[in-house]
Amino acid sequence: MSTSVEIKDLSLNYGTVTVLDRLNLEVGKGEFIVLLGPSGCGKSTLLNCIAGLLDISAGQIFISGKNVTWDEPKDRGIGMVFQSYALYPQMTVEKNMSFGLRVAGMPKPEVDARVKRAAEILQLESLLQRKPVELSGGQRQRVAIGRALVRDVDVFLFDEPLSNLDAKLRNDLRVEIKRLHHRLKNTMIYVTHDQIEAMTLADRIAIMKNGVIQQLADPHTIYNKPTNLFVAGFIGSPSMNFIRGDLTGGALNIDGASIPLANYEFKAPMNGAAVLGVRPEHVVVGEEAQKMPFQVESEIEIVEPMGADTIAWTKLGGQSLTFRADAEVRLVPGQKVLIGFDPGRGSVFNGESGERI
Amino acid sequence: MSSVSLPAGIEPSGPRPRHVTATRIGIYAFLLIAALFFLIPLIVMIMTSMKSMSEIRGGNIFALPMQPTLDYWVKAWSSACTGRDCYGLAPGFFNSVKITVLSVPVSIVIAMINGYALSFWRFRGSELMFAILLFGAFVPFQVLVYPIIFGLSRVGLFGTLPGIVIVHTIFGMPILTLLFRNFFASLPVELFKAARVDGAGFWRIFFSVMLPMSVPITIVAVILQVTGIWNDFIFGLVFAGRENMPMTVQLNNIVRTSTGTVEYSTNMAATVLTGAVPLIVYFVSGKWFVRGIAAGAVKG
Amino acid sequence: MMIVAIGVFVIGITFTVVLSFTNSKLFPSFNFVGWRQYEILWSTPRWVQSVTNIWFYGFGHIVLCMGVGFALAVAMDQRIRGEDAFRTIFLYPFALSAVITGLVWQLMLDPIWGFQAFVRSLGFADFTFAPLANGETALIGMIVASVWNGVGVTMAILLAGLRGIDEEIWKAARVDGIPAWRTYVSIVVPMMRGAVATALVLLVVNVVRTFDIVIAMTGGGPGIATQMPATYVIDNINSRNVGHGMAAATCMLAPIAVLIIIQAVFRWRASRRGRTTS
Repeated sequence: MSTSVEIKDLSLNYGTVTVLDRLNLEVGKGEFIVLLGPSGCGKSTLLNCIAGLLDISAGQIFISGKNVTWDEPKDRGIGMVFQSYALYPQMTVEKNMSFGLRVAGMPKPEVDARVKRAAEILQLESLLQRKPVELSGGQRQRVAIGRALVRDVDVFLFDEPLSNLDAKLRNDLRVEIKRLHHRLKNTMIYVTHDQIEAMTLADRIAIMKNGVIQQLADPHTIYNKPTNLFVAGFIGSPSMNFIRGDLTGGALNIDGASIPLANYEFKAPMNGAAVLGVRPEHVVVGEEAQKMPFQVESEIEIVEPMGADTIAWTKLGGQSLTFRADAEVRLVPGQKVLIGFDPGRGSVFNGESGERI
Repeated sequence: MSSVSLPAGIEPSGPRPRHVTATRIGIYAFLLIAALFFLIPLIVMIMTSMKSMSEIRGGNIFALPMQPTLDYWVKAWSSACTGRDCYGLAPGFFNSVKITVLSVPVSIVIAMINGYALSFWRFRGSELMFAILLFGAFVPFQVLVYPIIFGLSRVGLFGTLPGIVIVHTIFGMPILTLLFRNFFASLPVELFKAARVDGAGFWRIFFSVMLPMSVPITIVAVILQVTGIWNDFIFGLVFAGRENMPMTVQLNNIVRTSTGTVEYSTNMAATVLTGAVPLIVYFVSGKWFVRGIAAGAVKG
Repeated sequence: MMIVAIGVFVIGITFTVVLSFTNSKLFPSFNFVGWRQYEILWSTPRWVQSVTNIWFYGFGHIVLCMGVGFALAVAMDQRIRGEDAFRTIFLYPFALSAVITGLVWQLMLDPIWGFQAFVRSLGFADFTFAPLANGETALIGMIVASVWNGVGVTMAILLAGLRGIDEEIWKAARVDGIPAWRTYVSIVVPMMRGAVATALVLLVVNVVRTFDIVIAMTGGGPGIATQMPATYVIDNINSRNVGHGMAAATCMLAPIAVLIIIQAVFRWRASRRGRTTS
């Protein structure tokens, strides 16, 4: 896979505030990359730098092998879709899509052909003569995508495109974007704070915090092998259980119990303060628990029935533990149950640095 | 800025090189020329007020005063003539202070209560009342001048201090009520509902919840009213009477009184003195003044 | 108190309109004379001149304020240095009363002392710029002064309108490769209809009221070259011809009424459009 977008040592400072810190990123051709993180982590800033809408402080940006660090946005071979859609309100859908091309002096037949194709892909044919105010949120965002589409570029940039939509529309449009990617096979860089969007859309996810990429990997790896406590806690809902204890002799000692880590693949074995991360769905209850390497009797505190499954809250060695049980299992507060999990499926982190070990 | 062709060997890296473009120079040139146009009258006004008449005759208005003097300021303040009287601007200044000090609090308190009532307590006809008030903001004063003269003389207040205060209060009402209504309407209704659930009534909510929150908008209103009333000319001319003539009216009278050649030194000194109060308010209040304009600009 | 204020507006206007159909002199009388006062009014040269004047003055004032105000607002919107300083300078004249504005500009435009004398002293002996001295150009002098006083407000309102445009619109236009001037003309200005309307309404209202600056700057002269409807009304009240003055005052209400009707139509259309889309 050849490289489509390459970012080298990119930094952005406002005075003494560092927003992006010597960041490196390589995006393969046709790849769908999601930049994910809490607000203020620099993900949108990074996207704006790639687009050329923000001037960077240091570093280089290459798109399709060309150094575009100093190029204007229009010369970078990108199309961009914004959170607020940013449609030109007094222009029809057709004019919204064609305006940039006409200003650039493209011959009319060519403009028409491109608009027609984009409208067909996005099923906007019947709406071409409408104005943005006459469209629903989902339709507006499709027009915004169309405006990027007609530019016939290699790279699409999405800046939280679904954040202004309600939950139902968001799901529909998410699938539509995925379908679009399959059809067009463009490189797409997509910014969101919604982990479901990230998990479902991405070939690779870049999780950011404080202007630094914490982990760049495919969704499966991100979910199952988070590189540090931040990534582990950020991805997954309900979030991962963190059990703090003392790591000695291949077991994690906590208040009143010892969790064997014999089948855990250590990257860098150590002794001392450590944190074991266990996904709620990896904790099982009742008969199944008896098959697990680690089992413990515990008392249910709170039960949240979600319909498809049930989230239950309990304690392990004085620390809070949530687990996801089958909806058929009847759980009530105060009940004593046997729970168990396989520590080998969990993640162990250094208690001080928070890095995976 | 189109893509710049670069000499071979230079790899773009880091921030875009900044070019001083012609557009940029043009923008600054335009702004500087405009600034000059705005500043010159003020400068001329101050410089002229410090020049003797012979110096004005000898030089030009843009020349710096060779022997700056404040004599004309003193004359304008205490001995310039309006008609037969030669007391200068001082009486006008104190009249303006009296009118402003009385009118500003009265009009603001009333407008604040009105705005509060109109935004939170919907009553029969409140929409209509608001519409009429809005209309009042557009009506030229001259249309109402005679009816008010007539009404005030009927109750014996025409040409008195209370009379001019009432006039300022009434004519300040539309814009101030609008200002406060828009402010209260921007507050969350939940605030009001919560207070009602707690059992607070009209006045209780006003004094304990709304009043403490209205400090910023009240400052804006005070600035708007102080400058507005101080600068007023027509109401002072028509309604204040000889005893309470405000500074602006007196300024105009002094200037009109000059006999023979116009004594620009005194005139400009008087102008500077009259303009000093609103200018000080403006420079001290800065952004608040701008906010007042934005808020006072009748929203369509 | 609100009721009193509203009462004053409603009763006052009614009173004015009713009196305009009477032959009231100093005191109101209810001796109705029908449209007689209006007939006299429109055949009085001074009134006709006042109306012509206000059209000319109003047109000049509004066009210049909008044009210069918009140019200033756009220039201020280019991330310039010293924006606060420029804003302070452009807006300070508005803090001064129209009387002061009139007096200062009277000096600036005085043929013997002012700008003309200055340019002549530089050696251009034939230079002439003294609009106030001549009846045909006196209104131009007044327009210069009133624009100096009021254009800052127009700029402030339009600048607020420009700043209210969604940042992402500008980004989208940059990605589309639309030049900045084209973005202003085709996208941003049509989006600022609200700010433009607000600025225009304020300008119209202020033009109709024009009084102070006339008194301070020209006293209505030379001759009747700078008389305005407002000065006409006040003069007629002073000269004890109230019925006639009230007819003139009622005529002054007309443009405001038109403005309000236009606004009502826009509101009605907006609310209708709102209903069809939601």
